[in-house]
Amino acid sequence: MHTLPQQLANGLFIGSMYGLIAIGYTMVYGIVQLINFAHGEIYMTGAFGALAVYTNLPDSMSIWAALPLMLAGGAIVSVLIAVGAERLAYRPLRGAPRLAPLITAIGLSLALQQVVFLWYPNATAGKHFPQLPGGPYHVGDVDIQSGDIFLVVAAVVCMAALAAFVRTSRTGRAMQATAQDPDTAQLMGIDTNRIIVIAFAIGGFFAAVAGLASGLKYGQIKYDMGFQAGLKAFTAAVLGGIGNIYGAMLGGLVLGVAESCASAYISNIPGMEQLGGEGWKNVWAFVLLILVLLARPQGLLGERVADRA
Amino acid sequence: MTALLEVENLRVSYGKIEAVKGISFSVEAGQVVTLIGTNGAGKTTTLRTLSGLLKPTGGKIVFNGKPLTRVPPHKVVALGLAHSPEGRHIFPRLTIEQNLQLGAYLRKDSGGIGKDIDRAYELFPILGERRKQAAGTLSGGEQQMLAMGRALMCQPKLLMLDEPSMGLSPIMMQKIMATIVELKAQGTTILLVEQNAQAALSLADQAHVMEVGAIKLSGTGQDLLHDEGVRKTYLGED
Ligand SMILES: Nc1ncnc2c1ncn2[C@@H]1O[C@H](COP(=O)(O)OP(=O)(O)OP(=O)(O)O)[C@@H](O)[C@H]1O
Ligand SMILES: [Mg+2]
Repeated sequence: MHTLPQQLANGLFIGSMYGLIAIGYTMVYGIVQLINFAHGEIYMTGAFGALAVYTNLPDSMSIWAALPLMLAGGAIVSVLIAVGAERLAYRPLRGAPRLAPLITAIGLSLALQQVVFLWYPNATAGKHFPQLPGGPYHVGDVDIQSGDIFLVVAAVVCMAALAAFVRTSRTGRAMQATAQDPDTAQLMGIDTNRIIVIAFAIGGFFAAVAGLASGLKYGQIKYDMGFQAGLKAFTAAVLGGIGNIYGAMLGGLVLGVAESCASAYISNIPGMEQLGGEGWKNVWAFVLLILVLLARPQGLLGERVADRA
Repeated sequence: MTALLEVENLRVSYGKIEAVKGISFSVEAGQVVTLIGTNGAGKTTTLRTLSGLLKPTGGKIVFNGKPLTRVPPHKVVALGLAHSPEGRHIFPRLTIEQNLQLGAYLRKDSGGIGKDIDRAYELFPILGERRKQAAGTLSGGEQQMLAMGRALMCQPKLLMLDEPSMGLSPIMMQKIMATIVELKAQGTTILLVEQNAQAALSLADQAHVMEVGAIKLSGTGQDLLHDEGVRKTYLGED
């Protein structure tokens, strides 16, 4: 039985991962009101991109030296797929009824899974992923793995960089304008197609970071890992207020902590002995989502993308 | 001399419905030209097509010697055609100053941008007082000032204003109209769409009356102001 601080820490770790993935859902939704259901697979391909790079590096290379190269590999794969999906699948459907891009996204999601399943060498089962040395580290009662440290540091750095970019850069300002009023943004001289591509690219990059972090944390990746993670991250984005980047991260953390505590403690409640543990945590995640949405239909920080600058 | 803006036989449709049915007019540099007409006449559709937000189904638009019919909106602005849209459309969750800066999105001269922001605050002092406030908190009239100030920030060769007096109190309306007179005196070329025909006609060099997608009558502002049909239909006289 883990202690409460341990459960909270576990929740924050997994929550950071949800938050990183949720950024992609929320940025794209905030700007084009599209739910990119293939985003979970963009996360998955990022993990495989990182692994492909690792596999081709000399054995003598240390994992620390390999890490930036793996991140670059995963990011290239994820960003290319995200931007490619926008150009080839979503852009032609802009202005079409909402259902058309949604169905396309679901189709793309299945296609990406199958591509990895069939073409990545021996990907039919889980693939072993390298791990970071060191750890576990003990902080009070809490055990922390090296992979968790990487995950949290990556989430903090990415989030801070994104916030600074949105608040202070010219493109970030253009992004806010496009999210608030795309036609008028064009009248200012903003090339909104470029802004949309950038939103997909940032989402893809964040997904790749999450994919790499996930591999390092669990030591294994699988072609269907994007389904659950994507669903959870989408839940986190809605929980935080879809369209709001800070909401996405907050939603991820809240969801992670709630899940972790629910699976540990719900079964201690008399009469609910059967409702705890791993199997039920997804149920509790959605119960939380529903409760929050009943009280705040727009989500915790519900506004539109990048609007809190 | 060729005009700054030439519109020839312009046609625009929404699906099967033709909203603009072959209109022609021109705007000379330094002029104020107005389009008046009842609801649904096609005035907004015309401006949105000039800006590139809508694609025409036929006809020609030539601005400053360049054809505009296939140019996307962000490039139209770059050519010097600014558009203050109907309903103001300020960016509600950005500050007033950030809205003005976005008006100058394509400019690189930060010194000049700063000067023009100051000029906008001179033109509309209330905007200067509220510069750090979210634009969505402004009153309708103040938002209209911001929309006009923002459109001027790109140093346009032609400023298009779509119903700047819409929904404003009489005092606010007078203030906006006075500003248009001031801009005109400074030499700004303006294409003005208005339902307030009296005000628009009295300051326009050229005026066109639109009805169901076509131009029914054209003349100088003064001509139309004294035209019996116009007085009956648009100035509420009988
Ligand atoms: N997005 C749209 N889809 C379909 N029809 C439209 C659309 N926008 C405008 N219309 C139609 O096109 C015609 C012209 O509309 P437009 O907005 O250009 O008129 P307007 O002269 O600006 O009117 P108002 O004075 O009320 O602003 C109207 O019949 C209108 O119903
Ligand atoms: Mg109109």
